Formats: sequence, C-alpha cells, structure tokens
Amino acid sequence: MITAAPNYELLQQEGLETSLLEISMGPHHPSTHGVFRMDVKLDGETVVELRPVFGYLHRNHEKLAENMTYLSSMPFTDRLDYFNSMTNNWAYALAAEKLIEVEVPERAEYLRVIMAELTRLVNHVTLVGFFINDLGALGTPLMYAFREREKILDLFEQASGARMMCNYFRFGGLRNDVPEGWLGRARELVDRFPAFLDEYEQLLCENEIILSRTQGVGNLSRELAVNAGITGPMLRASGVNYDLRKVDAYGIYDRFKFRVPYTDGDTGDCYDRFMIRMLEMRESVEILKQALADIPEGDIIGKVSKVFKPKPAETYGRIEGPKGELGFYLIADGTTKPYRYRVRPPSLINLTVLRDMCLGGKIADAVIILGSIDIVLGEVDR
Amino acid sequence: MSILGGGIFKGMAVTLRNFIGSYFHKERLITNDYEWRSEGELPQSIGDYPKEEGEQLRDTTTVNHYSRNFPMLLHDTGEPMDTIRCVACQICERECPPQCIYIEKSTEKKENADGKPQFYPAKFDIDVSVCMSCQICVEVCPFDAIVMNSQFELSTPNRFGGLLVRRDDLLKSNDYYHKIHPQEAAARDQKMVADKAAKEAKKKAAAEKSKAAAEARAAAAEAEAKEDTE
Repeated sequence: MITAAPNYELLQQEGLETSLLEISMGPHHPSTHGVFRMDVKLDGETVVELRPVFGYLHRNHEKLAENMTYLSSMPFTDRLDYFNSMTNNWAYALAAEKLIEVEVPERAEYLRVIMAELTRLVNHVTLVGFFINDLGALGTPLMYAFREREKILDLFEQASGARMMCNYFRFGGLRNDVPEGWLGRARELVDRFPAFLDEYEQLLCENEIILSRTQGVGNLSRELAVNAGITGPMLRASGVNYDLRKVDAYGIYDRFKFRVPYTDGDTGDCYDRFMIRMLEMRESVEILKQALADIPEGDIIGKVSKVFKPKPAETYGRIEGPKGELGFYLIADGTTKPYRYRVRPPSLINLTVLRDMCLGGKIADAVIILGSIDIVLGEVDR
Repeated sequence: MSILGGGIFKGMAVTLRNFIGSYFHKERLITNDYEWRSEGELPQSIGDYPKEEGEQLRDTTTVNHYSRNFPMLLHDTGEPMDTIRCVACQICERECPPQCIYIEKSTEKKENADGKPQFYPAKFDIDVSVCMSCQICVEVCPFDAIVMNSQFELSTPNRFGGLLVRRDDLLKSNDYYHKIHPQEAAARDQKMVADKAAKEAKKKAAAEKSKAAAEARAAAAEAEAKEDTE
C-alpha cells in the first residue's frame, strides 16, 4: 500500500525536519526509456515531489506534416512510436481515408488487422521485457522477448521491406501485397506463439520478487484514470472495460471474436498493468488465428491518386494502438497539404498521471511505475 | 500456498530449458549468425561497392523481395545516359519527405530509349545521410525511373562529399533491377507496357475523334454551302 507522505509542516513545528534531496533523473538515465527527465524531491527514499520534464526529442512532427502532401508525411508517422509503425500508419490512413472517402479492399482490411495485431504482440512483448529489466532482471527476460520480437519483425521486413520503419499502409489499402508464402510463415509464428507465452508466464508471473515489487505499487484509481483521459491497457488495468476495437469497431474488427481483458479496478497497480499485457497478447493471437484463416484473395489498394486535393473538412481517425487511443486530427483546406495536422499520442496522455502514481512511493518504484506506463519518447515529444 | 521461492525456481527451470535447448533448436537462440567480410575486404567508398553483380544477394537474412535501402536510377539496355528513363520532372524532389534529392534539369533535349527527345537530369544527387529509405520517390515517379536498391553497405570514410551519391553512381540497368527484385521488376515492366499501350490507344482514339469531328465539320460546311447556293 502507498503510505501517505509525511506531514512536513508538523515535522517542522516539532523541529524534526531533515532537508529534502533533489535529484534529476535523466534525461540520459537508463530507466527513462529515452530522453525523459524526472525532477524528484526525496525524503530519504520516499518521493515527495515529482516533476516530469520532456521535449528533448521534439522533432516538429506536426508542423512538418502541414508543409508536405498527405502521402509524404506517412513515413514520418512511423517515427512517432517507433515500435509500432504499422498501427501509427493505420491511424493516419484512417483519418485521411475519411477525407477522400475511399473504399478499402477486403484483403487489405484483413492484412491491416493482421499487421496491427502482430504489432501489438511486438509492443507488449517488448514492454514486458523492459519492465522486468527496470525491476533489475538485466538481460534474460528482455532477450527472450527480443528473440520473439525479431521473428515478427522478420515478417514485417518480408512484407514491407523494413523491420521497424515499415511505411506499409497507404490511403485506400496497403502499398503492396505480402510475398508468396508469407501467410504460411505468419500462421506458423502465430501457432508457436502461445507456447512462448506459456513459458514467459512460467518465467515471470509467479516470481516472488516480481510480485512483491509490483503488487500495490503505483496504484491508479478508476476515477483518476478516466478523468485524466488514460486509454489502452493502462485504463483497462484500472478496471474500465474500454477498447476502441469494440467501441468503434474500425476496419473489420466486428468480425472477430475476442475478449477484452480488464481488472476489477481494486488496485490498478503495476502488476495489473503487467498482467493485462500478458493477457492481451493471448487475445491478439486469437484474432490473428481468425484473420489468417479467413483472409480472401483480391486487390490490395483502392483507386487513390498519389497527390490529391480533399474538400475542406475536418476528420479525426482513431485506433486502439498497443499503448492506447492513437488519433490523428486533420483539417483539409482544399489544397494538397493539410491545414492542420494534430496527433493525439497515447504515450503523452498516459504519462500525465505519473506524478500522482509516484508520490509517497519509493524512488526505485518510480522507475517501474514509469516502465509500466509504457511510453515511447518519440511519441511523447513528437 | 506454494513454498516461498518456488516461483523463482520455476523461472530458473525456464532459463535452464532455454540454455540447453539453444544447443539443439535454433529458434531458442537469441542471436543470429551473419556472414561478415574481413576488414581488408571492406570497400572504401560507395564507388567501390559491387555495382552489377548483386553480391549482397547471398545474404538472405537481410535482402528479400521487398528490401529497400537507397534509391537508384534506372536505365534500359544500352549506354546509361542514352537510355536513362528520368526526364528531370522533379516530382520526386518535391515529394521527398526529408528533402534529400537535388536535381538540375538539362538545358537541351536528348533522345531517350524510345527515340523521343526528352530532358534529362544534368545533376541528380541523393544525400545518403538524409535519405530515410521510405520509398515515396519510387511511388510518385510517373516514369518508373527511380526504384529502390537493396545495397546496404553505404558507409564511407569521407563524410564531406562521400555521402552525396552522384547521378552516375545512382544509374543502374533494368537487368540489375530484375536481378535484385525479380517479381517487382516484372510487374513494373508489365505495367509500363500496359501504360504505353493505353496511351497509344488513347492517342489513336483522340486522333480518330478529331478526324471524325473534322469530317463532320467539313460535311456541315458542305451542307451549309449547298444551302447557300440554293
């Protein structure tokens, strides 16, 4: 349980106060997953104040996209959350497709779902690896996670030509069809994945050190999570059943049978957030199995010109990214470039409750709380 | 309630299984073996890299059907500059997201592979250090003149100028393209033939239409003339 921070005024009155230690964790601290800084004030080991400082990786993403044609900013969306380029592409494609009103062929829709769920596996497996890494288990679990991730990235490379910066989605479909034999290899990978998950759960889920470090640490109440606009696995770990794949059913998600794991919301601690990801991977495997079984033959992209002038309009395209709701807001003004281009990054908005979760905890817990939020600084700072 | 520490031992059993298993099953290994050239064989500049023989194709782990690393300019069979497909329209220069392409259009036209006088790029440089291998230039090119090469060893000790790849180093034959991306190249050739046929058919239709219109006009004029005389 989080103990409340000591009453400093009372201590001062009694003449018992000690001076607080101010330290700046980051921007190059290994625990901060990139260039992120936490200015913390410590009373002994207890965090009494925390101030997140970010912006070190600001790359002017939105303004850049406003100065180039719609298609040209597609490769830049890869670089928002560089673990999940496929889902970033999808969110942007979804927003732009609403502007130009194009039909996406059936096969492309299936491949989009397959790519997005593979991306979810990549993201969650990496997150769990890094989360355990933050706990101090240097190497082994992360390396197992990366081994499996690399197999999925090989599939991405075979389909799109690049491991991470896939740039694979296009308005109205996908850039190219998957090569011959790709679906077979994907099926093989999906069939083998549950065995890896079993092993991974055996490795981690009962480990007493992990349990004692994560249970009751970084509690996030349901009310705070909803009020702060938290989305994704973090919201579901706090006990809210909200998944855009069910709510919006974008693409063809209404055709698949899958469950959305969420907790009863009693704790919403780091362990819940860790386990939600483990459970979500199982559901992703279920979706992948159905999609790979049903995928039809056919066209891969609808008729869209490379440079187009949409009618003046506003759109918002959103998807359930592996980290939460990823949205792209576009205002078209009748030219080839968007008048306004805005990203709703799940990483940044999930990060806003960091202070509330860390206060009163230990400094070592602040590291794993940050790890359990699942941020990528490329997306936080854009 | 299990004994304290049981979970840790369970985890250790997994690591032991992975450790021993890695000697028998390749998928348990966490690293890949890549063939690598010795120090002395490493090329010194981009010009030294194998141009035509597709030497890196042996490495199946990184080079595949859709692999893309850096653009190249295509020319048809013959002297590179006589059969270059690029007409210096500068669309790729405009659309390139990181703005790494620099083109200078030629002042006079030259005959291309079809024997049609066309402009050609007097300068066509791509900066390796800026290019992000996104393939947007390939997609927007209306002449199928620029495609992606799969050569990835582009490092050079000369960072001033050495990283700017010039037109003559970018030029590769269509045969080389067929060698590295056989399916894609075949599809592109097919598309080009179809486009050409469609264009000719359109031209023919337009010519026929204008001919018919001219005839109709002539007939109308004749009729008018007749009416006038009557």
